[in-house]
Amino acid sequence: MTKASVLPDANGHFGPYGGRFVSETLFAALDELSDTYDLLWQDPAFQAEFDLDMAHYVGRPSPLYHAKRLTKTYGGAQIYLKREDLNHTGAHKINNTIGQALLAKHMGKPRIIAETGAGQHGVASATVAARLGLECVVYMGVEDIRRQAQNVYRMKLLGATVVGVTSGTQTLKDALNEAMRDWVTNVDNTYYIIGSAAGPHPYPKIVRDFQSIMGREARRQTLERTGRLPDAVIACVGGGSNAIGMFHPFLEDKDVRLIGVEAGGSGLESGRHAAPLSAGTPGILHGNRTYLMSDENGQILPTHSVSAGLDYPGVGPEHSYLKDTGRAEYVIATDTEALDSFRELCLLEGIIPALESSHAVAYACKLASQMRPDQTIVVNLSGRGDKDMQTVADIDGIKV
Amino acid sequence: MSRIAACFDALKAQGRQALIPYVTAGDPNPQVTVGLMHQMVSVGADIIELGIPFSDPMADGPVIQLACERALAHKTSLAMILSMVAEFREQNDTTPVVLMGYLNTVEKMGYDVFVATAKKVSLDGVLLVDLPPEESEDFGKDLRQAGLDAIFLITPTTTEERIKKICAAGSGYMYYVSLKGVTGAAAIDTDAVAEKLDLVKQHTQLPLGVGFGIRDADSAARVAQIADGVVVGSVLVNALGDNASDPEKGCAQVVLTLSEMRQAMDTAV
Ligand SMILES: Cc1ncc(COP(=O)(O)O)c(C=O)c1O
Repeated sequence: MTKASVLPDANGHFGPYGGRFVSETLFAALDELSDTYDLLWQDPAFQAEFDLDMAHYVGRPSPLYHAKRLTKTYGGAQIYLKREDLNHTGAHKINNTIGQALLAKHMGKPRIIAETGAGQHGVASATVAARLGLECVVYMGVEDIRRQAQNVYRMKLLGATVVGVTSGTQTLKDALNEAMRDWVTNVDNTYYIIGSAAGPHPYPKIVRDFQSIMGREARRQTLERTGRLPDAVIACVGGGSNAIGMFHPFLEDKDVRLIGVEAGGSGLESGRHAAPLSAGTPGILHGNRTYLMSDENGQILPTHSVSAGLDYPGVGPEHSYLKDTGRAEYVIATDTEALDSFRELCLLEGIIPALESSHAVAYACKLASQMRPDQTIVVNLSGRGDKDMQTVADIDGIKV
Repeated sequence: MSRIAACFDALKAQGRQALIPYVTAGDPNPQVTVGLMHQMVSVGADIIELGIPFSDPMADGPVIQLACERALAHKTSLAMILSMVAEFREQNDTTPVVLMGYLNTVEKMGYDVFVATAKKVSLDGVLLVDLPPEESEDFGKDLRQAGLDAIFLITPTTTEERIKKICAAGSGYMYYVSLKGVTGAAAIDTDAVAEKLDLVKQHTQLPLGVGFGIRDADSAARVAQIADGVVVGSVLVNALGDNASDPEKGCAQVVLTLSEMRQAMDTAV
């Protein structure tokens, strides 16, 4: 059997998942991207360029923080937080946008486009575009523009154009559709920075590789701090980039449990959630075959999550593969559980997490309480909660 | 011989080109579609492309997106569309019908069920815009065995190497997308199209249809000079959308546009 860590194959397949299901117009561009990436990723000069930015612009390595008060509260496994919230721009998304913007630069594309849900990827894209002097257009559903108004303003300050998407459910999936339409039209001068480990080949691989810096650091840091590998690595799953970036360097460490936490929304039985791996079926969306939330006729279902960044009906294809092979487990945390963890982390550790990341924390606490104190859980704190002040205040009925 | 091959052979013998209208099935409601298909044939449509509505039509512009929304508001499903084809065939056994859409609807029905049903209702071809030849080997084989054509797109960005691959996988006709963009986008540049078609012709004997950016009698006639078939979509769908509350009026508009195109195509030769 092929080792899971060497996938995808040359055509972008992770077992039956992944691939390239897009309009013919984009094939040449995807081939060009594949070729460029394969060349540059092996090139020490490119690696050095990426590492330098990671160190001095993003602020890596991000700390691995022992959350002692949180650990004590649940009385079980030691909980460590991988502090991606401390990155420049406030989330893991920047690891990927820096990598892809470097690709865009090497490919000579003067214009970048991106889709965004929570706005974190949009902000990260606008940031790297500003720095490299590239034109930047960000597509965002109008529902998300409402929920994440602060990030919209940040993108504008950074010089990006934010285009409101009014089609479909007006959230992340529709923003992705619109970005794809832009790309098909402007493919000659435009680089599309996809924000998650999703989309057509080679994006799931590229995004995973850039994001794997988190997992490599976390693996090394855990060894240094505890003298052994963690017992479990936990991350929230929207499109799946922060989770796959954490998981991938651990794939061959068979004793390390890898657990992805999807958005349970109002609960799986309510139908109001965004948990394709937990409650969906395989299908085709946004250029790849993966688990999806779709109805019996193949129409994509509306999703719900309190966190805009998890509000997506699909998931990166590698997660579908890891689910089927059993190498990773996928569970959910509901809106309520995530909000409770959000508050708890504020009060116990002085850290305001992103609502997305709060899903991972919620499940980690649950699991920790069933484990022994000599065991270790590493949770990816994928982002900070500044962007979510409005959402939480609204839920509390407070005007800020 | 397949209906599609027979259709192009007959046209060729007359020195004419195929007029190929696209409408989204179930738009503005499912009761309209079969009648509209017959009406389109009566004013000179040679092949009908029937769109399968999808919630996330990534390759389509706003006009066809809205058509999908109208059709889906009436729960138009792939199963219903196959029934529409069956109903159409009760009165018309010669005009080829091609389904055009996105893969997920077919994947969800199941490839076996789809192919078997498509054969039973005498469908002629399938064009799935997000299914390239390299991902469709098995499905393509099943379609061929059932006597159905797999139709693929070639675009301005398609390399010669891919043109070869696509031509080898396709049957029925090749569909050349005249521009970089989504459906309903800018007007067509016939000179640029003609140049690329010459390249495609080196790799296939199949008839060549051209679509995207054909919006009136004049552009239809110009494309008819360089291609074997003229595919027209958004302008028709727009007429149905503008008159969504009065489908009869919308259909009349479609019929008028098509008959003008037909006339222009036939007199231009
Ligand atoms: C902080 C944070 N975490 C997680 C996500 C979810 O994305 P992914 O699953 O690709 O990591 C987002 C997306 O916006 C985010 O902003």
